[in-house]
Amino acid sequence: MEYCYQPEIEKASREEIKNIQSERLVNIVKHVYENVPLYRERMDNIGIKPEDIKSVDDLNKLPFTSKQDLRDTYPYGMFAVPMENVARLHASSGTTGKQIVVGYTQKDLDNWGDIVARQLAAAGIEKSDKVHVAYGYGLFTGGLGIAEGARRLGCTSIPVSSGNTARQLTILEDFGSDAIACTPSYAMYLGESAEKAGIDTKKLPLRVGIFGAEPWTEEMRREIEKSLSIKAYDIYGLTEIMGPGVAYECSEQNGMHVNEDHFIIEILDPETHLPVKDGEKGEIVFTCLTKEAFPVIRFRTKDIGTITHEKCGCGRTFVRMSKPMGRIDDMLIIRGVNVFPSQIETVLLQMNLSPNYQIIVDRKGVLDTLEVQVEITEGIFSDTISDISRLEHELADRLKSTLGIAAKATFVAAGSIARSEGKAKRVIDRRNLD
Amino acid sequence: MFIKQLSVFVENKQGALSKIISLLSDTGVNMRAVSIADTQDFGILRIIVNDIDKALETLKSNNVIYRANNVIGVELEDSPGSLAKVLGLLTNGGVNVEYMYAFVTPGNSNGAYLVLRARHNDKAEKILAENNIKMLSEEDIKMM
Repeated sequence: MEYCYQPEIEKASREEIKNIQSERLVNIVKHVYENVPLYRERMDNIGIKPEDIKSVDDLNKLPFTSKQDLRDTYPYGMFAVPMENVARLHASSGTTGKQIVVGYTQKDLDNWGDIVARQLAAAGIEKSDKVHVAYGYGLFTGGLGIAEGARRLGCTSIPVSSGNTARQLTILEDFGSDAIACTPSYAMYLGESAEKAGIDTKKLPLRVGIFGAEPWTEEMRREIEKSLSIKAYDIYGLTEIMGPGVAYECSEQNGMHVNEDHFIIEILDPETHLPVKDGEKGEIVFTCLTKEAFPVIRFRTKDIGTITHEKCGCGRTFVRMSKPMGRIDDMLIIRGVNVFPSQIETVLLQMNLSPNYQIIVDRKGVLDTLEVQVEITEGIFSDTISDISRLEHELADRLKSTLGIAAKATFVAAGSIARSEGKAKRVIDRRNLD
Repeated sequence: MFIKQLSVFVENKQGALSKIISLLSDTGVNMRAVSIADTQDFGILRIIVNDIDKALETLKSNNVIYRANNVIGVELEDSPGSLAKVLGLLTNGGVNVEYMYAFVTPGNSNGAYLVLRARHNDKAEKILAENNIKMLSEEDIKMM
């Protein structure tokens, strides 16, 4: 039976979870209405009083919170408790604009520790284990967040923080770390560095890794598991909501359980803002249920994902979310269908095609057209037309079944798709919709 | 006996073909035969060159996607029925021709050369050899 940190809630019935969420939602709405001017104003504007929110079924009556709202109220405008009750501040990195500041009361920190402890336990980490934290310590939530979870679970934490790879490897070897937490890209790098340094990772005590804070693929997971000789788990979080631990992966490694006693997840159609069905893609929206210092309601993450209520083999009952599949800002609407470049990337990866591609959207008459151009590679180039045409057809078929609309697939010469520093220009939209 | 053929992916857009041809001619590679198979969006340029090693090196260093394949070069007499005979042998042997093209050289005014690729290239070569059809070697190509 899989070890579980707080089985009474992690394996509660759906009815119990709903009751807990409803009770907490009522309280948090009252809390933000009384203490955060932005929420009072927004709710007053649409004529909603805290008393109108009686259960989670009333969630959709509440206004949204955007990233811009958090920037506009920088630094402390969204804080719902006086600073004397705030135990710690963290900040987002500000990579997509102005940074934001978030606060935690001592109780918030305890709750945060609990949800991270659930992740550690689900990954098979025990009290007797040493957890090597290679996330940065500081304003970034990664380092201290994982450390808080290790403390709650009763583990030994090793606060190595980020950088200095040679030292990381020495500590892995000499201190005998049992588990490691860092970004997946750094885990890849550590694996390569270990090999270069002649370290046989199979001989290290290290057996588990917790990786998050950036998108990664199943291919990366396999790569990391092999190079570091560990089992790799995905942890999801965002500064605006808590930090790492908002959702966590169990031994099934098939989606991340959302800590529903602390957060409500909604998957909403980006156009209508109505919930989509299980398995359908939409924008991930979170509501904090227990946060005292920085509670946000219906926060639009702009990330695209899916959820499933299907029973999980581990016995946990929390709903599972997919890895985020892309940003809503990248979404294209073609013939009324939402299309994400990340979906196209997945298909290319599955077919071992070049990652250098371009999407061309045009309009012929009244109909939108979608063309995906992919650079030809040595591995797929054959000297017969029929082989290449067959691949084009297969790509077109797979795109159609993945995207839900027909797409033309075209191979282009190697190196012909423009590359730029930073983000590649993936989409050319020739539709003139003005 | 086989000869090497270079196949290059060429986009169906202005300048794409001449770019590849210029790359080769700039390094002094001479072409013996050229053929293009095309679709709406792309084509495959197939060439037989006098200096295969130099051609490969040029394409590689310019990041051109290519493939070097074995094809069969056949010497044909300039008389009715010579091509039909070759094809008849292959048909009777159960071999399918995937593509073929022909070329002539100034040094051989009495005949032409056929380049062909069969689905089962080895089998095709065996059939032609057994029937004493004269096939070209890499050396022949160089000396033309």
